[in-house]
Amino acid sequence: MATYQNIFTQVQVRGPFHKGPPLEPGGPWVRKGKPRFITLLGRFGDAQIGPFYLGFFGLASIICGFTAFEIIGLNMWASVGWNPIQFVRQLPWLALEPPAPSCRLHIPCPLNEGGWWQMAGFFLTTSLFLWWLRTYRRARALKMGTHVAWAFAAAIWLYFVLGFVRPVLLGRWSEAVPFGIFPHLDWVAAFSLRYGNLFYNPFHALSIAFLYGSVLLFAMHAGTILAVSRYGGEREIEQITDRGTAVERAALFWRWTMGFNATMESIHRWAWWFAVLCPLVGGIGILLTGTVVDNWYLWAVKHGYAPGYPPIDPPVIDPATIPGAGQ
Amino acid sequence: MSMLSFERKYRVRGGTLVGGDLFDFWVGPFFVGFFGVTAVFFIALGTLLILYGASLGDTWNPWRISIAPPDLSYGLALAPLREGGLWQLITVCALGAFISWALREVEIARKLGMGLHVPFAFSFAILAYATLEVFRPLLLGAWGHAFPYGIFSHLDWVSNTGYQYLHFHYNPAHMIAVSLFFTTTFALALHGSLILSAANPVPGTAVLTPEHENAYFRDFIGYSIGTLGIHRLGLFLAISAVFFAAVCIIISGPLWTRGWPEYWTWWLDLPIWR
Repeated sequence: MATYQNIFTQVQVRGPFHKGPPLEPGGPWVRKGKPRFITLLGRFGDAQIGPFYLGFFGLASIICGFTAFEIIGLNMWASVGWNPIQFVRQLPWLALEPPAPSCRLHIPCPLNEGGWWQMAGFFLTTSLFLWWLRTYRRARALKMGTHVAWAFAAAIWLYFVLGFVRPVLLGRWSEAVPFGIFPHLDWVAAFSLRYGNLFYNPFHALSIAFLYGSVLLFAMHAGTILAVSRYGGEREIEQITDRGTAVERAALFWRWTMGFNATMESIHRWAWWFAVLCPLVGGIGILLTGTVVDNWYLWAVKHGYAPGYPPIDPPVIDPATIPGAGQ
Repeated sequence: MSMLSFERKYRVRGGTLVGGDLFDFWVGPFFVGFFGVTAVFFIALGTLLILYGASLGDTWNPWRISIAPPDLSYGLALAPLREGGLWQLITVCALGAFISWALREVEIARKLGMGLHVPFAFSFAILAYATLEVFRPLLLGAWGHAFPYGIFSHLDWVSNTGYQYLHFHYNPAHMIAVSLFFTTTFALALHGSLILSAANPVPGTAVLTPEHENAYFRDFIGYSIGTLGIHRLGLFLAISAVFFAAVCIIISGPLWTRGWPEYWTWWLDLPIWR
């Protein structure tokens, strides 16, 4: 145990700043900002901060994101009568709520009855889509694969289902999530209660399994790489293309532990799929809730994975089934 | 022998914690060691007890098999086998198997000249399990506060325990834990993506290097944590997520018995607002 476990970098080497491979010349945008070294950052990771590439889509995304942030924040501030002290005091409880059910799918709803929510949602969504373009184009500018962009797309999918696709399918914006710290947690709890306990939603179960699985995988992978860092294991691209003793030991550690090992490249494919499937199947679970399945517990009873209970009270007639109820 | 092409030179003696050379051998791809023997013992016994418990239940539907802890009236006493005693034995076997597995990882790491990061991280998962099944029931005074062994029955337990505190999302440690779980998954997606995108560049381009990885993230967000740093960050995030998960449940009951939304009144009542 007394051996050094490489938790912090003890000796930092300072060369010239890394400028990065040159970008295609001729564009209006260049890398900006003079790079700096921060010694404290270098204890844990790379000491260099910057440069930064803004670009058209980056700038547009930041402007849209800032607009959404301001709309949300100013609405919250307005909701406490522009009192700055109460704004800070009640901030975790404050919300920008989506439109009432009566506004259905109208655009726009009156500003103070969901119109601001629609506007904030529009700008936030636009900001995310622009940022997605940035993830894609920055990769292509460096001739890299677009794996970051497609992983980000999985997260945007979940956001888009919650805030747009499902409300549109159900015909009312009121189904969407409010902006706010505690309010969005209240929405989650109410959503689960309304649809008969989301724990019985198999896609929710899968999504959580991938969430926990991702954390498990990252602990296993990061732990393994750090444990073989004394053999240069963190140089993963080198170990992928020219296997060294670091990856051999890493592989054998898992082979001897559980009878199976990934390779230096395939562990990153496992990682990518686990992380991507978490929001991907989660989004499917949200999409089906209320549109296809109204009560996940009863659905589970029907499909044999939850126990049914004998009725305690005499059966109640659902008023919606009485003739003429729809009028 | 199921050995990889480079494996033979790594199969050397030594590194064991207990038993010297006695159990220092492999079965197929598996290293055995003293803790391999104890792990197999606990896994086999625990699995058989689960099967026995299932046979006493009213269903063989794998989603609905459940082996419950003793009733609250047993307190911290031993219960008859059919009344939760099986659950108690299975819990002992589970802890025995988990701890054996962690110590076996230590032996394997020592044999391969590796650091001990993996068993260290695994010990946090064991801590979280022990917190739920042992420490919290001990503090609350009854094994009946632990969760049952069953796929959907343990989800029912999570649901019911959450609603006992009215709304568990308001538990501050739960907030931190969930945020860390999301952040870890987010970071894993970014790390996996970055390595794959450098190792699989546009067709016709040679495999790229960490220079491109760094350039991508500096262009993207102005900072690249680097090849070593991302693994430090990932391990730290993952361990912290599990640690705060253990904290959020150990404080629910032993420290805070009311609804979690009520907890936040301290913030509203701070003297600075006056």
